[in-house]
Amino acid sequence: MKWFFSGLIIISLIFAVVNGKVSELTTAAVSEGGNAITLCFTLAGVICLWSGVMRVASQSGIIEKISNLFTPLLSLLFKGLNPKGAAMGYIVLNITANLLGLGNASTPFGIAAMRELEKEEHSSEFATNNMVLFVVLNTASLQLIPTTVAAIRLKHGSAAPMDILIPVWLVSAATLTVAVITAKLLQKSPKGL
Amino acid sequence: MSLSDFVIPLLFVFVLIFGLAKKVDVFAEFVKGVKEGVQTVTDIFPSLFALMLAVGMFRSSGALDLISSSIAPLGEFFGYPPETLPLILMRPFSGSGAIALYENIISEVGPDSFTGRLASVILGSSETTFYTIAVYFAATKVKKTRHTLPAALSGDLALVVFATMFVR
Repeated sequence: MKWFFSGLIIISLIFAVVNGKVSELTTAAVSEGGNAITLCFTLAGVICLWSGVMRVASQSGIIEKISNLFTPLLSLLFKGLNPKGAAMGYIVLNITANLLGLGNASTPFGIAAMRELEKEEHSSEFATNNMVLFVVLNTASLQLIPTTVAAIRLKHGSAAPMDILIPVWLVSAATLTVAVITAKLLQKSPKGL
Repeated sequence: MSLSDFVIPLLFVFVLIFGLAKKVDVFAEFVKGVKEGVQTVTDIFPSLFALMLAVGMFRSSGALDLISSSIAPLGEFFGYPPETLPLILMRPFSGSGAIALYENIISEVGPDSFTGRLASVILGSSETTFYTIAVYFAATKVKKTRHTLPAALSGDLALVVFATMFVR
Protein backbone atom coordinates (compact mmCIF):
# COMPACT_ATOMS: atom_id res chain seq x y z
CA MET A 1 0.00 0.00 0.00
CA LYS A 2 2.74 2.49 0.83
CA TRP A 3 4.28 2.00 -2.65
CA PHE A 4 0.95 2.30 -4.38
CA PHE A 5 0.17 5.49 -2.47
CA SER A 6 3.51 7.26 -2.83
CA GLY A 7 4.07 5.91 -6.36
CA LEU A 8 0.81 7.38 -7.67
CA ILE A 9 1.52 10.78 -6.13
CA ILE A 10 5.11 10.94 -7.39
CA ILE A 11 4.12 9.83 -10.91
CA SER A 12 1.30 12.39 -10.83
CA LEU A 13 3.71 15.25 -10.18
CA ILE A 14 6.07 14.11 -12.95
CA PHE A 15 3.27 13.81 -15.50
CA ALA A 16 1.67 17.07 -14.37
CA VAL A 17 4.96 18.90 -15.02
CA VAL A 18 5.37 17.22 -18.43
CA ASN A 19 1.77 18.02 -19.41
CA GLY A 20 1.78 21.49 -17.91
CA LYS A 21 -1.08 20.56 -15.60
CA VAL A 22 0.44 21.46 -12.25
CA SER A 23 -2.40 23.86 -11.37
CA GLU A 24 -4.96 21.09 -12.09
CA LEU A 25 -2.91 18.79 -9.87
CA THR A 26 -3.01 21.30 -7.04
CA THR A 27 -6.75 21.70 -7.44
CA ALA A 28 -7.17 17.92 -7.31
CA ALA A 29 -5.01 17.61 -4.20
CA VAL A 30 -7.06 20.23 -2.39
CA SER A 31 -10.51 19.15 -3.57
CA GLU A 32 -10.14 15.36 -3.54
CA GLY A 33 -10.28 15.31 0.26
CA GLY A 34 -13.72 16.88 0.05
CA ASN A 35 -14.75 14.20 -2.43
CA ALA A 36 -13.54 11.54 0.00
CA ILE A 37 -15.70 13.05 2.73
CA THR A 38 -18.71 13.25 0.41
CA LEU A 39 -18.21 9.62 -0.57
CA CYS A 40 -17.92 8.60 3.07
CA PHE A 41 -21.13 10.39 3.95
CA THR A 42 -22.94 8.74 1.04
CA LEU A 43 -21.48 5.38 1.99
CA ALA A 44 -22.25 6.01 5.66
CA GLY A 45 -25.98 6.25 5.01
CA VAL A 46 -26.02 3.04 2.99
CA ILE A 47 -23.64 1.17 5.29
CA CYS A 48 -25.67 2.09 8.39
CA LEU A 49 -28.92 1.09 6.67
CA TRP A 50 -27.57 -2.31 5.64
CA SER A 51 -25.78 -2.95 8.92
CA GLY A 52 -29.12 -2.38 10.65
CA VAL A 53 -31.06 -4.59 8.25
CA MET A 54 -28.41 -7.29 8.34
CA ARG A 55 -28.31 -7.27 12.11
CA VAL A 56 -32.07 -7.93 12.20
CA ALA A 57 -31.71 -10.56 9.48
CA SER A 58 -28.90 -12.41 11.23
CA GLN A 59 -30.71 -12.38 14.60
CA SER A 60 -33.75 -13.98 12.97
CA GLY A 61 -31.69 -16.61 11.14
CA ILE A 62 -32.31 -15.48 7.54
CA ILE A 63 -28.62 -15.10 6.71
CA GLU A 64 -27.98 -18.68 7.68
CA LYS A 65 -30.75 -19.88 5.37
CA ILE A 66 -29.53 -17.88 2.36
CA SER A 67 -25.97 -18.96 2.95
CA ASN A 68 -27.01 -22.61 3.04
CA LEU A 69 -28.30 -22.25 -0.53
CA PHE A 70 -25.13 -20.81 -2.09
CA THR A 71 -22.47 -22.17 0.21
CA PRO A 72 -21.84 -25.50 -1.56
CA LEU A 73 -20.79 -23.65 -4.72
CA LEU A 74 -18.78 -20.96 -2.95
CA SER A 75 -17.06 -23.47 -0.67
CA LEU A 76 -15.37 -24.82 -3.79
CA LEU A 77 -13.83 -21.39 -4.38
CA PHE A 78 -13.17 -20.26 -0.82
CA LYS A 79 -11.11 -23.13 0.55
CA GLY A 80 -11.05 -23.64 4.30
CA LEU A 81 -13.66 -21.01 5.10
CA ASN A 82 -16.31 -21.96 7.66
CA PRO A 83 -19.48 -22.40 5.54
CA LYS A 84 -21.67 -21.34 8.47
CA GLY A 85 -19.56 -18.34 9.48
CA ALA A 86 -20.46 -14.67 9.19
CA ALA A 87 -17.81 -14.10 6.52
CA MET A 88 -19.39 -16.62 4.15
CA GLY A 89 -22.78 -15.06 4.87
CA TYR A 90 -21.60 -11.61 3.80
CA ILE A 91 -19.75 -13.02 0.78
CA VAL A 92 -23.01 -14.61 -0.39
CA LEU A 93 -24.90 -11.35 0.11
CA ASN A 94 -22.19 -9.33 -1.65
CA ILE A 95 -22.24 -11.64 -4.68
CA THR A 96 -26.05 -11.67 -4.79
CA ALA A 97 -26.14 -7.86 -4.69
CA ASN A 98 -23.49 -7.72 -7.44
CA LEU A 99 -25.45 -10.07 -9.69
CA LEU A 100 -28.56 -7.93 -9.28
CA GLY A 101 -26.56 -4.78 -9.97
CA LEU A 102 -27.26 -3.26 -6.55
CA GLY A 103 -23.92 -1.46 -6.39
CA ASN A 104 -24.94 0.53 -3.32
CA ALA A 105 -25.67 -2.63 -1.39
CA SER A 106 -22.77 -4.77 -2.57
CA THR A 107 -20.00 -2.46 -1.27
CA PRO A 108 -21.19 -2.44 2.39
CA PHE A 109 -21.62 -6.24 2.25
CA GLY A 110 -18.16 -6.53 0.76
CA ILE A 111 -16.62 -4.38 3.47
CA ALA A 112 -18.39 -6.43 6.14
CA ALA A 113 -17.16 -9.64 4.49
CA MET A 114 -13.56 -8.38 4.57
CA ARG A 115 -13.82 -7.52 8.27
CA GLU A 116 -15.27 -10.94 9.07
CA LEU A 117 -12.61 -12.68 6.98
CA GLU A 118 -9.99 -10.77 8.95
CA LYS A 119 -11.46 -12.07 12.22
CA GLU A 120 -12.02 -15.67 11.10
CA GLU A 121 -8.72 -16.16 9.31
CA HIS A 122 -6.56 -14.09 11.71
CA SER A 123 -4.85 -12.23 8.89
CA SER A 124 -1.69 -10.38 9.84
CA GLU A 125 -0.37 -7.57 7.68
CA PHE A 126 -0.58 -10.07 4.80
CA ALA A 127 -3.90 -10.65 3.08
CA THR A 128 -5.16 -14.25 3.23
CA ASN A 129 -5.84 -16.23 0.04
CA ASN A 130 -9.58 -15.98 0.57
CA MET A 131 -9.39 -12.20 1.05
CA VAL A 132 -7.48 -11.84 -2.21
CA LEU A 133 -9.89 -14.11 -4.06
CA PHE A 134 -12.88 -12.22 -2.73
CA VAL A 135 -11.48 -8.81 -3.75
CA VAL A 136 -10.51 -10.17 -7.17
CA LEU A 137 -14.09 -11.42 -7.66
CA ASN A 138 -15.28 -7.91 -6.93
CA THR A 139 -12.87 -6.30 -9.40
CA ALA A 140 -14.56 -8.32 -12.15
CA SER A 141 -18.06 -7.48 -13.24
CA LEU A 142 -20.73 -9.86 -11.94
CA GLN A 143 -23.69 -7.73 -12.95
CA LEU A 144 -26.26 -9.68 -14.98
CA ILE A 145 -27.98 -6.69 -16.59
CA PRO A 146 -25.70 -3.77 -17.60
CA THR A 147 -28.35 -1.16 -16.85
CA THR A 148 -26.11 1.93 -16.88
CA VAL A 149 -24.64 1.09 -20.27
CA ALA A 150 -28.07 0.27 -21.70
CA ALA A 151 -29.49 3.55 -20.37
CA ILE A 152 -26.68 5.61 -21.95
CA ARG A 153 -27.02 3.71 -25.26
CA LEU A 154 -30.74 4.44 -25.28
CA LYS A 155 -30.10 8.10 -24.56
CA HIS A 156 -27.80 8.28 -27.59
CA GLY A 157 -30.39 6.76 -29.92
CA SER A 158 -29.29 3.13 -30.07
CA ALA A 159 -31.65 0.93 -32.11
CA ALA A 160 -31.13 -2.01 -29.72
CA PRO A 161 -29.61 -0.87 -26.43
CA MET A 162 -29.68 -4.39 -24.97
CA ASP A 163 -28.08 -6.26 -27.88
CA ILE A 164 -24.72 -6.03 -26.12
CA LEU A 165 -26.09 -8.34 -23.41
CA ILE A 166 -24.69 -11.61 -24.78
CA PRO A 167 -21.19 -10.21 -25.48
CA VAL A 168 -21.19 -8.64 -22.01
CA TRP A 169 -22.02 -12.02 -20.43
CA LEU A 170 -19.39 -13.86 -22.45
CA VAL A 171 -16.70 -11.25 -21.80
CA SER A 172 -17.56 -10.98 -18.08
CA ALA A 173 -17.49 -14.75 -17.64
CA ALA A 174 -14.19 -15.10 -19.51
CA THR A 175 -12.63 -12.20 -17.59
CA LEU A 176 -13.78 -13.59 -14.25
CA THR A 177 -12.38 -17.03 -15.09
CA VAL A 178 -8.98 -15.59 -16.03
CA ALA A 179 -8.83 -13.46 -12.87
CA VAL A 180 -9.80 -16.33 -10.55
CA ILE A 181 -7.37 -18.77 -12.19
CA THR A 182 -4.55 -16.21 -11.94
CA ALA A 183 -5.38 -15.63 -8.26
CA LYS A 184 -5.36 -19.38 -7.57
CA LEU A 185 -2.06 -19.86 -9.41
CA LEU A 186 -0.31 -16.93 -7.75
CA GLN A 187 -1.39 -17.87 -4.23
CA LYS A 188 1.11 -20.75 -4.25
CA SER A 189 4.07 -18.41 -4.02
CA PRO A 190 4.61 -18.08 -0.26
CA LYS A 191 4.79 -14.32 0.12
CA GLY A 192 2.74 -13.50 -2.92
CA LEU A 193 4.09 -10.52 -4.74
CA MET B 1 -40.49 1.84 -12.46
CA SER B 2 -38.63 -1.40 -13.05
CA LEU B 3 -38.25 -4.70 -11.28
CA SER B 4 -34.98 -3.62 -9.71
CA ASP B 5 -36.82 -0.73 -8.00
CA PHE B 6 -38.72 -3.30 -5.95
CA VAL B 7 -35.75 -5.31 -4.77
CA ILE B 8 -34.58 -3.12 -1.92
CA PRO B 9 -37.92 -2.14 -0.32
CA LEU B 10 -39.17 -5.73 -0.61
CA LEU B 11 -36.00 -7.05 0.99
CA PHE B 12 -36.38 -4.52 3.78
CA VAL B 13 -40.02 -5.46 4.46
CA PHE B 14 -39.25 -9.18 4.24
CA VAL B 15 -36.45 -8.93 6.82
CA LEU B 16 -38.64 -6.95 9.21
CA ILE B 17 -41.61 -9.31 8.95
CA PHE B 18 -39.40 -12.37 9.29
CA GLY B 19 -37.73 -10.81 12.35
CA LEU B 20 -41.08 -10.00 13.97
CA ALA B 21 -42.27 -13.54 13.31
CA LYS B 22 -39.15 -14.87 15.04
CA LYS B 23 -39.83 -12.56 18.01
CA VAL B 24 -36.71 -10.46 17.42
CA ASP B 25 -36.73 -6.90 18.86
CA VAL B 26 -36.30 -5.49 15.37
CA PHE B 27 -35.89 -1.86 16.45
CA ALA B 28 -33.22 -2.55 19.07
CA GLU B 29 -31.28 -4.85 16.72
CA PHE B 30 -31.55 -2.37 13.84
CA VAL B 31 -30.12 0.39 16.03
CA LYS B 32 -27.26 -1.87 17.17
CA GLY B 33 -26.52 -2.58 13.51
CA VAL B 34 -26.45 1.13 12.68
CA LYS B 35 -23.97 1.65 15.49
CA GLU B 36 -21.71 -1.02 13.97
CA GLY B 37 -22.12 0.75 10.63
CA VAL B 38 -20.91 4.06 12.04
CA GLN B 39 -17.90 2.25 13.49
CA THR B 40 -17.13 0.73 10.08
CA VAL B 41 -17.28 4.12 8.36
CA THR B 42 -14.99 5.85 10.85
CA ASP B 43 -12.57 2.92 10.54
CA ILE B 44 -12.33 3.07 6.75
CA PHE B 45 -12.35 6.84 6.33
CA PRO B 46 -8.63 7.67 6.85
CA SER B 47 -7.36 5.10 4.34
CA LEU B 48 -10.10 5.94 1.89
CA PHE B 49 -9.16 9.61 2.12
CA ALA B 50 -5.48 8.88 1.40
CA LEU B 51 -6.18 6.59 -1.55
CA MET B 52 -8.79 8.81 -3.16
CA LEU B 53 -6.34 11.68 -2.89
CA ALA B 54 -3.64 9.70 -4.70
CA VAL B 55 -5.98 8.42 -7.42
CA GLY B 56 -7.52 11.89 -7.88
CA MET B 57 -4.11 13.51 -8.29
CA PHE B 58 -3.11 10.81 -10.78
CA ARG B 59 -6.26 11.45 -12.82
CA SER B 60 -5.71 15.20 -12.95
CA SER B 61 -2.04 14.91 -13.97
CA GLY B 62 -2.94 13.96 -17.52
CA ALA B 63 -0.87 10.78 -17.23
CA LEU B 64 -3.71 8.68 -18.68
CA ASP B 65 -4.02 10.85 -21.81
CA LEU B 66 -0.30 10.78 -22.41
CA ILE B 67 -0.06 7.01 -21.97
CA SER B 68 -3.08 6.36 -24.18
CA SER B 69 -1.79 8.57 -27.02
CA SER B 70 1.61 6.90 -26.85
CA ILE B 71 0.19 3.37 -27.09
CA ALA B 72 -2.40 4.28 -29.76
CA PRO B 73 -0.21 2.99 -32.66
CA LEU B 74 0.16 -0.34 -30.85
CA GLY B 75 -3.62 -0.46 -30.40
CA GLU B 76 -4.23 0.18 -34.09
CA PHE B 77 -1.83 -2.60 -34.94
CA PHE B 78 -4.06 -5.05 -33.08
CA GLY B 79 -7.19 -3.57 -34.66
CA TYR B 80 -8.18 -1.58 -31.61
CA PRO B 81 -10.03 1.67 -32.27
CA PRO B 82 -7.93 4.43 -30.64
CA GLU B 83 -11.08 6.09 -29.23
CA THR B 84 -11.51 3.28 -26.72
CA LEU B 85 -8.00 3.46 -25.24
CA PRO B 86 -8.61 6.30 -22.75
CA LEU B 87 -11.74 4.40 -21.60
CA ILE B 88 -9.76 1.22 -21.00
CA LEU B 89 -7.17 3.15 -18.99
CA MET B 90 -9.69 5.20 -17.02
CA ARG B 91 -12.00 2.32 -16.17
CA PRO B 92 -9.93 0.77 -13.31
CA PHE B 93 -9.60 4.16 -11.58
CA SER B 94 -12.94 5.87 -11.76
CA GLY B 95 -16.47 4.73 -12.49
CA SER B 96 -17.82 8.22 -13.12
CA GLY B 97 -14.74 9.15 -15.17
CA ALA B 98 -15.24 6.07 -17.35
CA ILE B 99 -18.93 6.87 -17.86
CA ALA B 100 -18.01 10.42 -18.91
CA LEU B 101 -15.50 9.10 -21.48
CA TYR B 102 -17.98 6.47 -22.68
CA GLU B 103 -20.69 9.07 -23.32
CA ASN B 104 -18.11 11.06 -25.24
CA ILE B 105 -17.18 8.10 -27.44
CA ILE B 106 -20.69 6.99 -28.38
CA SER B 107 -21.91 10.51 -29.05
CA GLU B 108 -19.13 10.72 -31.65
CA VAL B 109 -19.21 7.28 -33.25
CA GLY B 110 -22.81 6.26 -32.50
CA PRO B 111 -23.88 3.52 -30.05
CA ASP B 112 -24.44 0.84 -32.72
CA SER B 113 -21.12 1.16 -34.56
CA PHE B 114 -18.35 -1.37 -33.91
CA THR B 115 -16.41 1.12 -31.78
CA GLY B 116 -19.59 2.08 -29.90
CA ARG B 117 -20.47 -1.54 -29.20
CA LEU B 118 -16.91 -2.32 -28.17
CA ALA B 119 -16.93 0.60 -25.72
CA SER B 120 -20.31 -0.56 -24.38
CA VAL B 121 -19.05 -4.08 -23.76
CA ILE B 122 -15.84 -2.80 -22.14
CA LEU B 123 -17.80 -0.62 -19.74
CA GLY B 124 -20.51 -3.23 -19.09
CA SER B 125 -18.09 -6.08 -18.33
CA SER B 126 -15.65 -4.30 -16.02
CA GLU B 127 -15.38 -2.81 -12.57
CA THR B 128 -13.37 0.01 -10.97
CA THR B 129 -10.50 -2.31 -10.06
CA PHE B 130 -8.25 0.07 -8.08
CA TYR B 131 -11.13 1.68 -6.26
CA THR B 132 -12.50 -1.72 -5.21
CA ILE B 133 -9.12 -2.95 -3.98
CA ALA B 134 -8.54 0.30 -2.04
CA VAL B 135 -11.97 0.37 -0.38
CA TYR B 136 -12.07 -3.34 0.52
CA PHE B 137 -8.60 -3.53 1.99
CA ALA B 138 -9.04 -0.19 3.75
CA ALA B 139 -11.63 -1.97 5.92
CA THR B 140 -8.94 -4.32 7.28
CA LYS B 141 -5.51 -4.00 8.85
CA VAL B 142 -3.88 -5.71 5.87
CA LYS B 143 -0.83 -3.88 4.53
CA LYS B 144 0.38 -6.40 1.94
CA THR B 145 -2.28 -7.24 -0.60
CA ARG B 146 -0.03 -9.98 -2.09
CA HIS B 147 -1.27 -11.18 -5.48
CA THR B 148 -4.50 -9.12 -5.52
CA LEU B 149 -3.33 -6.52 -8.04
CA PRO B 150 -1.69 -8.89 -10.56
CA ALA B 151 -4.73 -11.19 -10.52
CA ALA B 152 -7.20 -8.32 -10.87
CA LEU B 153 -5.19 -6.73 -13.69
CA SER B 154 -4.90 -10.06 -15.51
CA GLY B 155 -8.70 -9.98 -15.58
CA ASP B 156 -8.71 -6.44 -16.99
CA LEU B 157 -6.18 -7.41 -19.65
CA ALA B 158 -8.24 -10.47 -20.56
CA LEU B 159 -11.25 -8.17 -20.86
CA VAL B 160 -9.52 -6.10 -23.55
CA VAL B 161 -8.70 -9.23 -25.55
CA PHE B 162 -12.07 -10.97 -25.14
CA ALA B 163 -14.07 -7.80 -25.85
CA THR B 164 -12.71 -7.51 -29.42
CA MET B 165 -13.21 -11.23 -29.97
CA PHE B 166 -16.84 -11.33 -28.89
CA VAL B 167 -18.00 -8.01 -30.34
CA ARG B 168 -16.81 -8.90 -33.82
